[in-house]
Amino acid sequence: MSGFRDVCSSSGSVNVMIGVSSPAEGEDDNAAAAALSSEDSSSPDETVAGTELDLALGLSIGLNRSRNHSSKVRSFSSSLLASSSSSSPARESGTKRSADSSAAASKGQVAVGWPPLRTYRINSLVNQAKSLPTEDGLSSNIQKDTATKNGVVAAKNDEVGFIKSPMLVKVTMDGVIIGRKIDLNAFDSYEALAKTLEQMFFHTPSSLTTTRCKETRGASELLDVSSEYIITYQDKDGDWMLVGDVPWLMFLGCVKRLRIMRRSGETGGGK
Amino acid sequence: MDRAIKLQLSTSEMNYFPDEVIEHIFDFIPSHRDRNSISLVSKSWHKIERSSRHQVFIGNCYAISPERLIRRFPCLRSLTLKGKPHFADFNLVPHEWGGFLHPWIDALSKARVGLEELRLKRMVVSDESLELLSRSFVGFKSLVLVSCDGFTTDGLASIAANCRNLRELDLQENEIDDHRGQWLNCFPDSSTTLVSLNFACLKGETNLSALERLVARSPNLKSLKVNRAVPLDALTRLMSCAPQLVDLGVGCYENEAEPESFEKLMAAIKKCTLLRSLSGFSEVAPICLTAFYPICENLTSLNLSYAAELQGNHLIEFVQFCKRLQLLWILDSIGDRGLEVVASSCKELQELRVFPSDPHDEEDNNTAVTEVGLVAISAGCPKLHSILYFCKQMTNAALITVAKNCPNFIRFRLCILEPNKSDHITSQSLDEGFGAIVQACKGLRRLSVSGLLTDKVFLYIGMYAEQLEMLSIAFAGDTDKGMLYVLNGCKKLRKLEIRDSPFGNAALLADVGKYETMRSLWMSSCEVTLGGCKRLARNAPWLNVEIINENENGRMERNEEDEREKVDRLYLYRTVVGTRKDAPPCVTIL
Repeated sequence: MSGFRDVCSSSGSVNVMIGVSSPAEGEDDNAAAAALSSEDSSSPDETVAGTELDLALGLSIGLNRSRNHSSKVRSFSSSLLASSSSSSPARESGTKRSADSSAAASKGQVAVGWPPLRTYRINSLVNQAKSLPTEDGLSSNIQKDTATKNGVVAAKNDEVGFIKSPMLVKVTMDGVIIGRKIDLNAFDSYEALAKTLEQMFFHTPSSLTTTRCKETRGASELLDVSSEYIITYQDKDGDWMLVGDVPWLMFLGCVKRLRIMRRSGETGGGK
Repeated sequence: MDRAIKLQLSTSEMNYFPDEVIEHIFDFIPSHRDRNSISLVSKSWHKIERSSRHQVFIGNCYAISPERLIRRFPCLRSLTLKGKPHFADFNLVPHEWGGFLHPWIDALSKARVGLEELRLKRMVVSDESLELLSRSFVGFKSLVLVSCDGFTTDGLASIAANCRNLRELDLQENEIDDHRGQWLNCFPDSSTTLVSLNFACLKGETNLSALERLVARSPNLKSLKVNRAVPLDALTRLMSCAPQLVDLGVGCYENEAEPESFEKLMAAIKKCTLLRSLSGFSEVAPICLTAFYPICENLTSLNLSYAAELQGNHLIEFVQFCKRLQLLWILDSIGDRGLEVVASSCKELQELRVFPSDPHDEEDNNTAVTEVGLVAISAGCPKLHSILYFCKQMTNAALITVAKNCPNFIRFRLCILEPNKSDHITSQSLDEGFGAIVQACKGLRRLSVSGLLTDKVFLYIGMYAEQLEMLSIAFAGDTDKGMLYVLNGCKKLRKLEIRDSPFGNAALLADVGKYETMRSLWMSSCEVTLGGCKRLARNAPWLNVEIINENENGRMERNEEDEREKVDRLYLYRTVVGTRKDAPPCVTIL
């Protein structure tokens, strides 16, 4: 097969490729940012079955892995299922027995492979980057646990204290065609966020951005008042606000998406 | 004259014709089932049929071996293969379970079969297989892969480079490792035969200029579905050089469309007067949909089920003008009101699928569809015959009304998101509602049930669903009787898949011969035990009885296993080639 790779790469012609370099695109950000499973996320068989998900609270999808700690799940979820809508004793025992594949910490989440939707489709919904407030860590765990291909972090149960699952938001920048996604939970401050954004959008090969952007490189410190660019975010109400005004955690609670705007565009309000 | 005698006479009369003539007559009978019947009439017909059979459909790749297939049908040109069981779509089957393509390609290649078309579903495909495929069959024209995995864009590169007569490359919802190489570049400049190209599921970047050149030199291109990395202006260019497109898959992220590029897009779209089918739209701003207004009246097929960014009102505004729509796949964000609009606008609608935008009910969202939307559709769309409907609530009254409005259902799949959910008004089970469906829809071939259901619904199904071929059950039933009603009643049942329901050995073992008439049975998280499965396997040697273990660390220790241990996942299927040799450690074949 390597023969083909050689042929392809030596094809010589100048090809304009619009896209982003590693760490690739949005989905791989999950892998980068999430507490990784020990499954190699670059393996071709990246079905959710290959995704490591040891859950006590939340959707248990990595059922087929030997690392699945199902025993905890069994007792917890069986009590949950018992309290759910009317179930006859027979059914209860039936579902109780299957509790090792089920975990429900919020309404609607019951079992592996339920509701019956293809991984492909579930991923496409997750990738619409619905962000959730992290105050309610539980629900954010649940939502992100509808696993993406690259492995969503495990949410251990309350004995250990929970690890935050990725909080993905879209980031766009004026002049750049393809947006990115980042995990806000990977940062603990605005500085960290700004640094990463800088890395993503300003320290990338020139083929990735339009020429306009390449010229105006004066964005060494995005949060700097003198910077060419400003970071804005859209909050739950749909309003665009300047990043940095509210405490970090509060920001996490209401941010839906990010946009790096050229400072001159601020008053214009975009197109 | 008596029909039986007529048949006899005609058969013997026909045998005076040379074989070529009989073959020619058989050519007019494309249906697999009819061809199978023909082959049973007589030895000579069997012989003629098999040597003239070009298309073969294999619903379970382990039911037969490639060698036997080729022996019987040496003139095979088109092969359809299905691998993993349906519930593999929902992560209930380990990836390494099986369904490998390679032995098939290997055998076909060695036998020098003139393969032209290959359609695969839920198979594991490797780059090596794709390369072998591309080199082995000179006349290869069409590759369709649905829900497959195990390969990368390198495999696609071999197909592109070596299949000189390639007309169709259709990749639907596969897990493909995208090496971001130049696979599109691998189509030689002389390649001008493409009719259909679908790479929407590829996750990586796309070489836009290679794509544009390919499209420009493919005058026969009718279907083009691109992936997310193709932005709006590139799409405009593509459409401009392919105004003959019939089927388009859009997929681009666009923050805001600049007015000029939007104008250009609309102009290009206006020229595509043959466009009938639209899909994609993952991560697009609503404005991108409006660009298609000029041709929306021509659309017969619309798939917006990946367009999570589009809100109900955007969808409604668009769909209301799609008067000729026959197929609609949409998200539940369209709401009941949206479905009412569909019901009043889309009178030609035949197939509807409504997917959940919030599958795990995390958002406090009351705008999703309910039973009201379903009833509206059933009342407004007289030609509706297939439906897949995800919703949060349902009532018996609604289902009874739907049954009355739409007795023509062939496929009826209802998924209430919360298991065991009762009729939200009466708190009763939904037995009566589904009962009404099976009673009214005499031609029903596929049914998926959900919500709170007792054994009674299965009594109804067994009694009325005479044409039922596939049944999916989840979190339903009370006792073994439920499953028995179905096994005893549904004479045409081919596939039965059950999860999280209290059916056990008694139901499993009651009529072993039934499984010979079926393609497969799946039972997971039910009450069947290892002992029961062993007994079944003993009594039915022509079945492969597979136990898929939770713990993949090794086969079950024979001495330690407890026959009373409940089996987590059971998959059994009829086969003529016995136990397969490629099962992984987590699968035990009894």
